[in-house]
Amino acid sequence: MSDGRRYKREAMGREVAIIDYGTGNVASVAQALERLGARVELAARPSEVMSADSLVLPGVGAFGDGMRVLKERGLDDALMEYSLTGRPLLGICLGMQLLFESGEEFGSTKGLGLLPGKVAAIPREGEGRARKVPHVGWSAVTPPNGQDWTGSILDGVLPGESVYFVHSYMAVPDMDSCRIAECDYDGCVVTAAIQEGPLVGCQFHPEKSGKTGLRIMRNFLKM
Amino acid sequence: MPGARVIARLDIKGPRVVKGIRFEGLRVVGDPNELAKGYYDEGADEIIYIDTVASLYGRNSLDTIISEAVREIFIPITVGGGIRSVDDARGLLRIGADKIAVNTEALKRPGLITELSRALGSQCVVASIQAKRRANGWEAYADYGREHTGIDALEWARKVESLGAGEILLSSVDMDGTGQGYDVELIRSVAENAGIPVIASGGMGSPMHCLEAIRSGADAVALASSLHYKKAGLNEIRACLMDAGISVRQWEERSLS
Repeated sequence: MSDGRRYKREAMGREVAIIDYGTGNVASVAQALERLGARVELAARPSEVMSADSLVLPGVGAFGDGMRVLKERGLDDALMEYSLTGRPLLGICLGMQLLFESGEEFGSTKGLGLLPGKVAAIPREGEGRARKVPHVGWSAVTPPNGQDWTGSILDGVLPGESVYFVHSYMAVPDMDSCRIAECDYDGCVVTAAIQEGPLVGCQFHPEKSGKTGLRIMRNFLKM
Repeated sequence: MPGARVIARLDIKGPRVVKGIRFEGLRVVGDPNELAKGYYDEGADEIIYIDTVASLYGRNSLDTIISEAVREIFIPITVGGGIRSVDDARGLLRIGADKIAVNTEALKRPGLITELSRALGSQCVVASIQAKRRANGWEAYADYGREHTGIDALEWARKVESLGAGEILLSSVDMDGTGQGYDVELIRSVAENAGIPVIASGGMGSPMHCLEAIRSGADAVALASSLHYKKAGLNEIRACLMDAGISVRQWEERSLS
């Protein structure tokens, strides 16, 4: 990036594109980013994905449906190409799950495969009793192995702060190194946030997680 | 497990927040989004907007209020009142609502709950039940506590779950606005049989009432009058629950400059 362009970006607020592929929570994500001073555009075409400086992949709903729509619109290839450029990409909820290789839901569906790992259902039974699925509500996030969040997308968040989850499936990354936060849902350890270079993901909804969530989104805007 | 939630409930008539006692004698309390923003800043876990006259007039007038709310409020938002179809619900989700509460139309046409949960996911669908005591148990009321239906509230509560609701907003018509405490017997009777979260509403007058409701099986408590008239603060309630060993949402109060 040229110095001139960098200057313009800092002066006018970060420009972020949100992938609009028909999922419900685009408005909430856009409002949160705008509140933080970003200029938000919706990206519904591959060219808009490719030209973004910074990209958010939101998502609510089923893995198979989400992947199908991305494919129909040619956004899957665009996302893969975009990720090769090293520019930041934030996946939220289903958007984070789609970054992985496959989802097991009514059989297996291929994901974007930007990160090794799969997406599995939250087990409905644990410790000998029924577990409520979906996992809905405010749950505390903590760093696995007590790692430090300084410099990560969770910079400034304290271990044990709560964020808002709504999900029935969870990402199971192959590499432990990309897992930066987890959450204990009724005895089931859920990967809550991932970060691997410019690829980040939140299983929870930062746009609905109050000031903690805004802090996380602001960290993303600084990437 | 997710923490017990403390929810601010705003009953809306036209452009204003109103509040009555036992769903009657509605008085203007203030501007919806001024109040909502204040409750968000104080740490409400969610906001529920209920249009009090929507079923009566046949339309929900909350679109403008919600569109403004989502610019300032970054917690889950539930909207109810006069929702009759999946299209109505989609319209509200598109502008930033997270959950849709249904009562009157679902009592008339229970299949609406199933349609909504199939189209939007059960986590989006809140069955709002306005329960009023009668000689034997409770009866479900429609049209914001105005119309009796003859339907047994406990049976209806069991049914909404099997229809696909993801949550029950359980309002006690008898205790609403009185500040004398939740109808804990009602909460217990519904929560005992419910596999989905129950939000207790109606009667909150002191933080101890919230604790009673949670101990009776509620997953969340809704507050209206007590917040509007500053009879109790959200921090006070949170502290009361935490002292009793109940987990609540944790966050660090620091400026976001």
